[in-house]
Amino acid sequence: MSDANLFAQQAANRRRSFWLVAGFLTLFAWVGFGGDYALYLLTAAGPRGAYHHVVPFIGLLTTTLAAGICAYAWKTGPRRVLLAAGAWEIVAPATPAQKQLDNVVEEMAIAAGLPKPTVWVVPDPDLNAFATGHDPMHASVAVTQGLLDTLDRDELQGVVAHEMSHIQNDDVKLMTLLAGMLGAVALLSDTMGRYLRSGGRVGVPSRGGRGGGKGGNSLGALLLVLWVFTLLIAPVVTRLLAMAVSRKREFLADATAAQFTRNPGALARALEKLDASAVGTRSITQGAAHLCIVDPAERKISDREGFLGDVFASHPPIRMRIARLRGMAFQEMKREGQSLPA
Amino acid sequence: MFIPFLVVLIGVALWMVSVYNGLIGLRNQAQNAWTQIDVQLKRRHDLIPNLVNTVKGAMEYERGTMEAVIAARAKAMGAQGVKATAEAEGQLTQTLGKLVALMENYPDLKASTNVLQLQEELTSTENRIGFARQQYNDSATSYNTRQQQFPANLVAGMAGATPADLWVIADGAERAVPAVDLSLRLPGA
Repeated sequence: MSDANLFAQQAANRRRSFWLVAGFLTLFAWVGFGGDYALYLLTAAGPRGAYHHVVPFIGLLTTTLAAGICAYAWKTGPRRVLLAAGAWEIVAPATPAQKQLDNVVEEMAIAAGLPKPTVWVVPDPDLNAFATGHDPMHASVAVTQGLLDTLDRDELQGVVAHEMSHIQNDDVKLMTLLAGMLGAVALLSDTMGRYLRSGGRVGVPSRGGRGGGKGGNSLGALLLVLWVFTLLIAPVVTRLLAMAVSRKREFLADATAAQFTRNPGALARALEKLDASAVGTRSITQGAAHLCIVDPAERKISDREGFLGDVFASHPPIRMRIARLRGMAFQEMKREGQSLPA
Repeated sequence: MFIPFLVVLIGVALWMVSVYNGLIGLRNQAQNAWTQIDVQLKRRHDLIPNLVNTVKGAMEYERGTMEAVIAARAKAMGAQGVKATAEAEGQLTQTLGKLVALMENYPDLKASTNVLQLQEELTSTENRIGFARQQYNDSATSYNTRQQQFPANLVAGMAGATPADLWVIADGAERAVPAVDLSLRLPGA
């Protein structure tokens, strides 16, 4: 990839990260202050001496919480993603396979012109890989034990090159932030939802209901409905966002990997093997699915083209990715004047 | 009359400074990339005696090939500058390739974990040299292009910029860069 193109990619990812954090803070502020406003309207008509919700402490609390979550997701994100998957770091390679992985990562770091990322293994029999980190200088690559056992050297190189290109593009920053936030939003939605269901209606007395018909109260009720709706839909929206971001990045990472290794056919073969392993990667939760080279849940939706796949899949259809890589490999062979293998 | 002249003069001076610094930055990048190659070449030179010592017992009859490897290594270690290094290392690559190909004829060697380990190290080292060379050629090319472009070439002499030699591969066995198609459609569709 040319330098200008690379810088454009990195700048775009920085921009995306900024909007992600801004959107996240806005969501939490809305959840907090919206709730405050609804409570204010609902309690405003109450009699003297009853509870009047004046200080917007819910909003202050959720916004501070959101800022805290962002900082936390940023600071501990990479490590938490790795630990959640149960990965362990290869410090001193013990087996030939580990040595080979370590070597391949070093080679790809040279090809990308970056310092070598730390190398991790996820003890899972399925085939998958992901990268995480703060920036291209401080990153980690993790592959599953199944991948290590199944792929040959060239295929492993293709997969590591794919991850290396996520690191070089600064995809990892965005993706890791998203992973941290996905977890936080799910937690928020769960807690608030449980709180609402358990009838914890702070200071919304039934008396308020009798005083209905006043403009303030029906607006308050509407706001409350909207607010609850936001809480219910927030996790879905964040997940869709994570998937949308991830889907676009996969084709680019495949193409850059082909440039690093000059061997697109090997990555195509690796993807075929990854596709063929029908079991899901159990060690990797949905919260980190968008980080992986293939969808760890092995959901059918990821195979679909068209609108449904565009909205709900975290990865583009793997067959389409393989077809493109094969196309590159074919062009290369044609240029070198080789004949096609049967 | 005097002030516009001064403004232009300062503008030109600032431009020259920025071009000068840009050239120095590019040169340092190319030099740094060359250091990376050097590190990997040293790794290769250190590996070869190990490899030869390991296989020498089993490969009595290939003494000539092994001696050629040793000689090529000695010559490569003494080479100075990009062109001489590229040529000597190319020789070493060829002789080493021959030795590794001959090792295929010795099933005992292929079964030994020691040899397998050495082969993995050798493969990795060859790959690293290849990728480091790519990096070096890329950064040397952008350095060369910058200093030859008009009007930057007017400052190039002042910055002491001379074209950096590229590491050219003699044999055509190297893999070419694959064409990259980022448009969202299937090839051939």
